Amino acid sequence: MKGRLGLAVAVAAVAAVPYVAPTYHVLLMLPFMAYGVVLLGLNLLFGYTGLVSFGHALFIGIGAYTGAFLTSRFGVRSLEVIVLTAAVLGAVVAAPVALLCVRYVKIYFGMLTLAFGMLFYTFVLKFYRLTGGDEGTPYLRPSLLGFGLNDIPKTDYLTGPYYYYSLVVLVVAAAVMWRVVHSPFGLCLKTIRDNPAKAESLGIGVGRYRWYAFMISAVYAAVGGALLGAPIGNVDPTLAYWTHSGNIVFMTLLGGFASFFGPILGAFVFIYLEDFLKSLAPSSWRLIFGALLAATVIFAPGGLMGLVGRARPRST
Amino acid sequence: MTQHVVSVLMSGIFHASILFLVSAGLQVVFGVQKIFNLACGSFYALGAYVGVSAVQAYAAAGGPAAFFIVPLVLGGLLVGIVGVVIERGLLRFVYDRDETFQLLLTFALVLMLEDVIRLTWGTSPLSTGGMYLVYGQVRILGAAVPVYNLIVIAASLVIAGGIGALLTRTAFGRIIRAAADNREMAAALGVDMRWLYAQVFTLGTVLGTIGGALVIPATAAMSEMGIELIVEAFAVVVIGGLGSMRGALVGALVVGLLRAVAISVYPELEMLLIYLIVIAVLVLRPRGLFGAAATAA
Repeated sequence: MKGRLGLAVAVAAVAAVPYVAPTYHVLLMLPFMAYGVVLLGLNLLFGYTGLVSFGHALFIGIGAYTGAFLTSRFGVRSLEVIVLTAAVLGAVVAAPVALLCVRYVKIYFGMLTLAFGMLFYTFVLKFYRLTGGDEGTPYLRPSLLGFGLNDIPKTDYLTGPYYYYSLVVLVVAAAVMWRVVHSPFGLCLKTIRDNPAKAESLGIGVGRYRWYAFMISAVYAAVGGALLGAPIGNVDPTLAYWTHSGNIVFMTLLGGFASFFGPILGAFVFIYLEDFLKSLAPSSWRLIFGALLAATVIFAPGGLMGLVGRARPRST
Repeated sequence: MTQHVVSVLMSGIFHASILFLVSAGLQVVFGVQKIFNLACGSFYALGAYVGVSAVQAYAAAGGPAAFFIVPLVLGGLLVGIVGVVIERGLLRFVYDRDETFQLLLTFALVLMLEDVIRLTWGTSPLSTGGMYLVYGQVRILGAAVPVYNLIVIAASLVIAGGIGALLTRTAFGRIIRAAADNREMAAALGVDMRWLYAQVFTLGTVLGTIGGALVIPATAAMSEMGIELIVEAFAVVVIGGLGSMRGALVGALVVGLLRAVAISVYPELEMLLIYLIVIAVLVLRPRGLFGAAATAA
């Protein structure tokens, strides 16, 4: 009950942000919510199934390029269509990739996902005529629920309708994921993470379940990517670069991969800290971020949620 | 025609010898410590910048141009000392953790070293100026090949031979191979693993920094060079097989030559081709050409 109340307060607080916070901070909430969707999926693979992908930027890239292509090449502006297409394309690309990747675990899984991510990156970078190369492809302002919204200024659009649209997507994505991880399916994934041999002997098809988890996480990443691209207005290959994959794993670890909401907290802290450090120390923010990541790995492998949990052992 | 083929081959082999050095550093660390060191590209960049600074200081002090290679190599070797600092200061805390955390710690190093480089040397590319062609060029079947490239290829081969001899003919090499094979048993037999890990990681770092120092007369030092090279070194070790020195040598040749050929024939394919091969190797033969058996699910 207490947890549910806390959640309601958190959602209400996010919904109130456009009314109380300066525009600049409201705009920062947009990537936070997009990454929130991505990380919900990534953590199904990382925290619940025990597979760490170093290539999920590939699916963020697919989602973002889907939005860019549909809006600027095909004249499709509806965000609903974009999100659905991104999810379908994410699944289509992930199906064979996942089939090959889930045959391995640990470092080999990480390497294979990294290789696929870089394959996609070099593809969008080199095939200039198709993708715009390193200049990227514009992501025009999508319409929401059939409303064109082209006549309002960009900032009003982003801090108003687009903001609440993202919030609804995040809440729905979280609700669905909550059902997934608390279903028998989710329990099977945890069993596979903790003891694959035992899971197999209990009749759980380990490879098949890993494939499902990979597919769900890829669809989430693609949807998150579609949300991430619109506020930027331009999609370029750096979205799919391997360091971006590393960053989202960092966010997950920072918030706490062992907790359902940890990765979302991680995305929030990452986005604001990155922004703060970039303005405070433009030439050394990576240094501080790296030190923070090193400190998290060494002293607090459970992330921020792990720290809170240690202080208040029976809170949730 | 032959002229063109020779120049493509020579530039491929030059690139392969640099790739071999960095990949060898990756392999020796993975072989013994089972850590996939993403920061090996950053060590390469660090070596490159220190090499440029050493050569520039040497030139400013009026040293004869013909011997610029001496400060270059010394700089590359000395900066390898950061390896022992990083191993003792950070890595030793995570040896008993899941390899995901080890991987992420090396990713943290990538982020930190990138800014250390930017803060120390700035963001504009640095080069050693005209030193590259001090030794002139030779004609091989009509193609002009800088003598410096031949020196680097020879140096890389000597280092490869040196590592081979170190691993197979010395007591230290036997200890390394024993620890790579079974670290508990090696520890039980009295090998001081802490000291060994510090030595091995430093060796891996020095191989990266010397690779960076050697490449720099032929190109310019840029802050992104590290994170770009790591994905190539990654391809090398996957193709060759994780942890194998012979694999690093063959993998570096495959990647170096393919890249050179692709660039001259169809530039769009450059790295795409290499990642396709990496994926094919991982799928069909995950232990690579020379690696030990992979842990399949």
